[in-house]
Amino acid sequence: MAKIILDRVSVDFPIYNTTGRSLKIQLMQAATGGRMNAGARGSVVVQALRGVSMEVKEGDRVALVGPNGAGKSTLLRVINGVYEPTGGRIAVKGKVTSLVEISLGMDSEATGIENIYLRGALLGFNRRWLSSKISDIVDFAGLGEFIRMPLRTYSTGMQMRLAFSISTLQQPEILVMDEWLTVGDADFKETAQQRLNEIVQKSSILVIATHSPELVAKVCNRTIHLDRGTLICI
Amino acid sequence: MMNRMNKLLKTGSRDIFAALKGYELAGLLGWQDIRQRYRRSSLGPFWLTISMGVLIGALGLVFGTLFASSMREFLPFLTSGLILWTLITTSLNDGCMGFTAAEAMIKQISLPLFTHILRVLWRNLIIFAHNIVILPLVLLIFWIPLQATAFLSILGLVLLMINLSWMALLLSVFCTRFRDVPQIIGNLLQVFFYVTPIIWMPQMLPKRASIFLLDANPFFHLIEIVRAPLLGGLPSLLSWQVSFLLALAGWIFTILFYGRFRSRIAYWL
Repeated sequence: MAKIILDRVSVDFPIYNTTGRSLKIQLMQAATGGRMNAGARGSVVVQALRGVSMEVKEGDRVALVGPNGAGKSTLLRVINGVYEPTGGRIAVKGKVTSLVEISLGMDSEATGIENIYLRGALLGFNRRWLSSKISDIVDFAGLGEFIRMPLRTYSTGMQMRLAFSISTLQQPEILVMDEWLTVGDADFKETAQQRLNEIVQKSSILVIATHSPELVAKVCNRTIHLDRGTLICI
Repeated sequence: MMNRMNKLLKTGSRDIFAALKGYELAGLLGWQDIRQRYRRSSLGPFWLTISMGVLIGALGLVFGTLFASSMREFLPFLTSGLILWTLITTSLNDGCMGFTAAEAMIKQISLPLFTHILRVLWRNLIIFAHNIVILPLVLLIFWIPLQATAFLSILGLVLLMINLSWMALLLSVFCTRFRDVPQIIGNLLQVFFYVTPIIWMPQMLPKRASIFLLDANPFFHLIEIVRAPLLGGLPSLLSWQVSFLLALAGWIFTILFYGRFRSRIAYWL
């Protein structure tokens, strides 16, 4: 049973200026008892999340809503394990797959095939399994012989199609998205939407950050409202 | 106190073992780095071999003449030393940027972070493999047979890499927090290049100086455990001991340090 539990999770970002980034200056300050440049430790803390508690259960389709800078993306990253909370606790049961940046790790100089292996490896796919899926990916993305060409020769649409086809290859357990994915021209859009819908339906948990009320109404069964890092209502 | 140490050891080693288990990903990314750099040239990474060969030729000519040493002895020494030094210095310099260079990935996907260090090490090991082909050529020119001791250099190389991995990991954590450290490290390594016997031979030193420049220099021992067997000699027991203890102490410290700061890395980027 997939599950996400957040218990008073806080995330504080240290923001360093060049002073805080410099070992030399930090050492000098330590040596002079910190009196030099008093007050200019060079570190400001931004609180991205403040005491967020929630429980997400199997079958939940959670919409994270809130204005820009509310902490939606940060919360997504806490859930997929990029940020360990600076305060509070998080427990995630189940494998989290992020469809936030689906072309991350792809290399424009490498061929389509090489990119399948690269992107696939980043998603944690086994190499042998991937090679058995290559023709599926190529067919789905409609790339044909282009798959042997470097990615830089692709149009933006083709690149997105390839990235989408690889990233949605495996059924995720817990799915994390930042806005609904839309890719490609009218033709591909439909097949892509179909696949995405299927994946979303089959996933145990969906957490999606969004600004679109229609999407919330269509896909989600829970709304979590964030504002300036705090949970307003569930 | 013990409890806390245990916890740090656990956090640090969990990430490291997860990365080792997923070595395939690190290997793929390392190869990709090489391919990306040399994609459009027909000789590919052998360009490195060529430029290394040219460098060795030039340095060999100048310093061999300067020190009036026999080329038959000096050139193989210089070749193996310089190639090993390049492995060390690029691993550590690139290691400094291990996490900062992978910022986009670290901020988006949760991977064992040591994977990014393995990638750097693997990339430099591949480059090393391209460079080392110069050595048999040099040996061939002087008609020096490769001794059976050469097998021992594989063991030495493994021990060297184990040492480089903790150094690269430690540096990478440090450099992510303090962005002026890579320059400091670069400078330090430059100094070590001159004080370590690479372009000069240990026997050229007066007796007293050798204690400081050889015995107290960890890089001398790390190079020696690979270089000496390659050239048909045996590294001193001291070199093995220092390299081994350095690996042990270095890794214990690094795991503790890493266990403490691992979770901060994504925040520092």
